[in-house]
Amino acid sequence: MKIEEVPQDLKYMKGTVIRDTDYAVDSEGRYQRVMSSGWEPKNLALDVIMEDIDEQCQSILADVRAGKASPLAYHAARGLMDEGLLADYAGVSKRTVRKHFQPDGFAQLDDAMLTTYADVLRISVEELKSIPT
Amino acid sequence: MELNLEHRPNAHCENGAISTLLRYHGLDLSEPMIFGLAYGIFFTHIPFLKMGGMPVTSFRTFPGVLFKRIMKMLGVETRTQFFLSKEKAMRELDYLLMEKREPVGCVVGMYYLPYMPLEYRFHFNGHNIAITGKDERTGDYTVLDANAVEKVTISRKDLMRARFPKGGVYPLMGQMYHITRMPDELPDLNALIIKSIKKACWFMTSEPKWVKPVGVNGIEYLSVRIRTWEQTMGARRAKLNLAQVIRMLEEIGTGGAGFRFLYGAFLQEAAERTGLTVLNDFSRRITEIGDLWREFAYTSARIFKQRSDNEKNYNDLGDQLHQIALLERQFFLDLNDAVK
Repeated sequence: MKIEEVPQDLKYMKGTVIRDTDYAVDSEGRYQRVMSSGWEPKNLALDVIMEDIDEQCQSILADVRAGKASPLAYHAARGLMDEGLLADYAGVSKRTVRKHFQPDGFAQLDDAMLTTYADVLRISVEELKSIPT
Repeated sequence: MELNLEHRPNAHCENGAISTLLRYHGLDLSEPMIFGLAYGIFFTHIPFLKMGGMPVTSFRTFPGVLFKRIMKMLGVETRTQFFLSKEKAMRELDYLLMEKREPVGCVVGMYYLPYMPLEYRFHFNGHNIAITGKDERTGDYTVLDANAVEKVTISRKDLMRARFPKGGVYPLMGQMYHITRMPDELPDLNALIIKSIKKACWFMTSEPKWVKPVGVNGIEYLSVRIRTWEQTMGARRAKLNLAQVIRMLEEIGTGGAGFRFLYGAFLQEAAERTGLTVLNDFSRRITEIGDLWREFAYTSARIFKQRSDNEKNYNDLGDQLHQIALLERQFFLDLNDAVK
């Protein structure tokens, strides 16, 4: 790869301090370190993964609206957590998490447990209780 | 309190942490040199080993191995610690930073690192950072993250969570490492370079034919398997799997083309140091192979977009990989002969 070919397709790293470092050759064939702000094929690969997550979230969202799942299930999916991972981080059993993924189980949660979940998912308790309209 | 260390962006996080620790002790090695000396170039595709539901494809050796290898080669004494208690893990870190004034390398999960872009916050538990300071008033830590453009800070709580992530292939248990003693005299780098190149060649080409997933065989293996992805797992899963391969190839930390350019830079520097000018030719060759890997990523991008039916398909990807496999095998065999 030549230095002038180093891609600068800024998308996912926008607004953060994270950047790629690429190694590319200059006109004399010497390798140099060049900063890159992203590359389209890579962004597209991330798009594919993000779309997949989005689809899952949308289907759970539909369930929540239909009263078949709790907002927690939605926010967990948003935070890329499955039952097992959420259970591990929150310090409860998988079975408990599964119960809280149901609207009935979620309604019985006390403030302490809600705070724990919100903390693990890095959102506020209010956000945890609601779903995007 | 902050140790006197300047930030230097590196392609790969582990190289960055190693470089930070060594620089503090007065040994300034470039990133390609570190990567090459630790013979980090590799390939493996293991379909039955899943990470986040996807088969493992890797262009380098396992996390943590680079550090051990290079320190052993240079004769540097180090200490790696694991903890059961989170509090103890943080206390020990504070002790090393404040009392001993040592930069400390930490292996962390990426998910709870606050400065990561939202889309990069995956559950990946193998990121390396170097911690070089602590603000006593706020309790925030100064972090040199090789993938960032500047020094970053992280709160105690976030660091503690990042050091004990859940759900990985193996638990991290607050893994951290630091240098305990530098050797009085550094070994001859030229001899080490030759040794490392031989090792890299051995890792890439020595596997017998029936060890399919490892080394150059792995590329061939992937080229065979990728052709049937669409039939065996459906268009959607196939796309996700391909996206995963591209991320491993180009995602933060490879320096482009799955470490192939980084290795090219190493060979160039090695030629300069050792005076073996033939290594320059090899540097050019691996650069061309790297360009083919980029080509492969471009073809994949067209599959992601799916502009029309007669566009590229998985068979084309298989053909490209097959070509790369042939070239890489020849490359490493020739390289081995050249440094004999």
